[in-house]
Amino acid sequence: MTASFDARARATLPSRGELAQHDAAVWDLRRRRDAAAAEVPDWEALRERAAALKAFSLDHLDELLVGFEQRARGAGAHVHWATDATALCRIVTELLAARGARHVVKSKSMLTEECGLNPHLAARGIEVVDTDLGERIVQLAGEAPSHLIVPAIHKTRREIGALFHRQMGTPEGEDDPERLTRHARSDLRRRFLAADAGITGANFAVADTGSIVIVTNEGNADLGSSLPPLHIACLGIEKLVPTLADLPVFLRLLARSATGQPISAYTSVLTGPRSGGELHIVLVDNGRSELLADPTHRSALACIRCGACLNTCPVYRRAGGHAYGTVIPGPIGSVLGPALGGKQGAELPHASTLCGSCSAVCPVKIDLHGQLLAWRGERRRPTRGERLLTGAAAIALRWPALRGGARALLRPLWPLLASRHPRNPAEPWLTVRELPPLPKQSFRKQWQAKRAASKPTVRPARSERSEP
Amino acid sequence: MNVSLFVPCYVDQLAPDVAWATLRVLERAGCQVHYDPDQGCCGQPFLNRGATREARRLASRHLKRFAASDAIVAPSASCVATVRHRFAALCTGAGEEALAQTSRTYELGEFLVRVLERTKLGARFPYRVAVLQSCHGLRELGLGTPSEHVGASASQSPTDQLLGAVEDLTLVPADRPDECCGFGGAFSVTHPTLSGRMGLARLRAFADAGAEYVTGTDVSCLLHLDGIRRREGFGPRAIHLAEILANGAVGGAE
Repeated sequence: MTASFDARARATLPSRGELAQHDAAVWDLRRRRDAAAAEVPDWEALRERAAALKAFSLDHLDELLVGFEQRARGAGAHVHWATDATALCRIVTELLAARGARHVVKSKSMLTEECGLNPHLAARGIEVVDTDLGERIVQLAGEAPSHLIVPAIHKTRREIGALFHRQMGTPEGEDDPERLTRHARSDLRRRFLAADAGITGANFAVADTGSIVIVTNEGNADLGSSLPPLHIACLGIEKLVPTLADLPVFLRLLARSATGQPISAYTSVLTGPRSGGELHIVLVDNGRSELLADPTHRSALACIRCGACLNTCPVYRRAGGHAYGTVIPGPIGSVLGPALGGKQGAELPHASTLCGSCSAVCPVKIDLHGQLLAWRGERRRPTRGERLLTGAAAIALRWPALRGGARALLRPLWPLLASRHPRNPAEPWLTVRELPPLPKQSFRKQWQAKRAASKPTVRPARSERSEP
Repeated sequence: MNVSLFVPCYVDQLAPDVAWATLRVLERAGCQVHYDPDQGCCGQPFLNRGATREARRLASRHLKRFAASDAIVAPSASCVATVRHRFAALCTGAGEEALAQTSRTYELGEFLVRVLERTKLGARFPYRVAVLQSCHGLRELGLGTPSEHVGASASQSPTDQLLGAVEDLTLVPADRPDECCGFGGAFSVTHPTLSGRMGLARLRAFADAGAEYVTGTDVSCLLHLDGIRRREGFGPRAIHLAEILANGAVGGAE
């Protein structure tokens, strides 16, 4: 019955030291978010406003998308529609091939991770360099990002130093973050200047101006979209907001929720291509329309990928992002996972205690833990053992006499259940804690005995009946 | 006031003392307490595991058992949260009248402080006590203000208010006051590593705060934490809020 997620968490953060470091680093982001949000006079009203805007946008997504396409074309951009990951990969490959582009610089985009664009291009001999520092680190290490905002948060500075030494020839033993960053920066600068094309994601797309909005802290998307002659922006269809005037609502929430910054270092609103350049915008569905049609789960499309739910999640902090096995980890990843497919679909919604902190921090007020609970019901795949146990327990809990009988049978076995043995059914409980002692009698039995023995101090309930 | 005692299934089986303490505290607060020995389970463990059909059956039965009650009080915030917030969606055919009782279902501390407006119940507990916040109590029942809440304090914690009025009790604040303890129902056995990591972190925080006891509104979280304490051999003992409130008061605790 033990979930493979639990085993993956053990593998992802195996030692107490790694666990403590990951938890502390991620919790620090949560604390920064708390402090930054407190500076906004009416944070809760801002969340309400953002949630309402997102709900409106999702309700009118068809009109917004058509409007966006028109205006983006009007501004000189090319707009492409990709129904799924395969279509996105094909469109991008064709665009690059038509211009003979071999060297691509890329800024952070969870969508292209979702669609497997990097390996697709690499297999066709196109060199793709991730230019977000965290993304670059995981790319050099041959790993997947473990966090939405801080992709390499699972790595220590020592590991990064050793990685840079091997891959970029930095001095051995160098693990000073600032000096390592300088090395990465000069290496990337060279690649920016030599690139044939830049691929970026986008945080928002504005319907009434046809603009895309890219938010970064490193300015890498700005270089990638303005230095090479070709810029390809890949974004999910849910990124649409109605007007440019709506943007500040999200910008005020995004950076504060993500890293505790009042605003990200670079916020670029791109309307049409740079002069002399080409801009191609690829709007990707990849399961989003289907999610939009699902009344229970459509609100998950409101996500602005701030990562606040990861930072506050006590499970994410102690499991590490890689334990999720999905592109997007954490509560939002477990909510999107079942919808966007993948083997983890049925399992991930159970990787939560439903503590509800995710829903409470979400800047667009997605009821994340409610969604996890709903998925559990919709994607239930119990083992035979669990089905039997569930059925038996549900019956016993309706029939008190049966419960009493079961308890009488169990009582002499309790010491056995409390001792560790691989075949003990209580073993999953016992791996980390002791079994509580079993009291002689249940409260019900004690109460009945007391009532029979003396004049009742407790009145029987008025509705006392014996049938269930 | 007439009160129906709602003894969650696992409290009935594993912590009868907590049910007795709840009953005594309610009586001391002047309530006439009724107990229906044929009550079962609200369905929460099934609902949280995705076994909706079984959960619905148990929830409907629960609604019937407590139909005639003026107020229903349980020593468990998470069971109360299930009744109050999940029953309407679960028992769609139950009708408004039957569902009305869900808003009359209270966690013990919530009932004492917010309905009866009592905090001082004459209890004495001369120890240093830390509070284990129940996530469902905090975020679904609004028993306090979660640490991630921004702006003016949303609500006071009845648990803190009650403990503050207990004679000789010292409340000790712990680091990350409302971090989840990692129990999470079935999560505790399906994800033992994570559950253990989370529980151990809480236990350490309470121990570092110098607590001799850790208390809370939910027996489930407390049993989990106490199991870790017994395994690891350090940290404060777990005791339910009702047991502290029933301690050393006029009439005496058993």
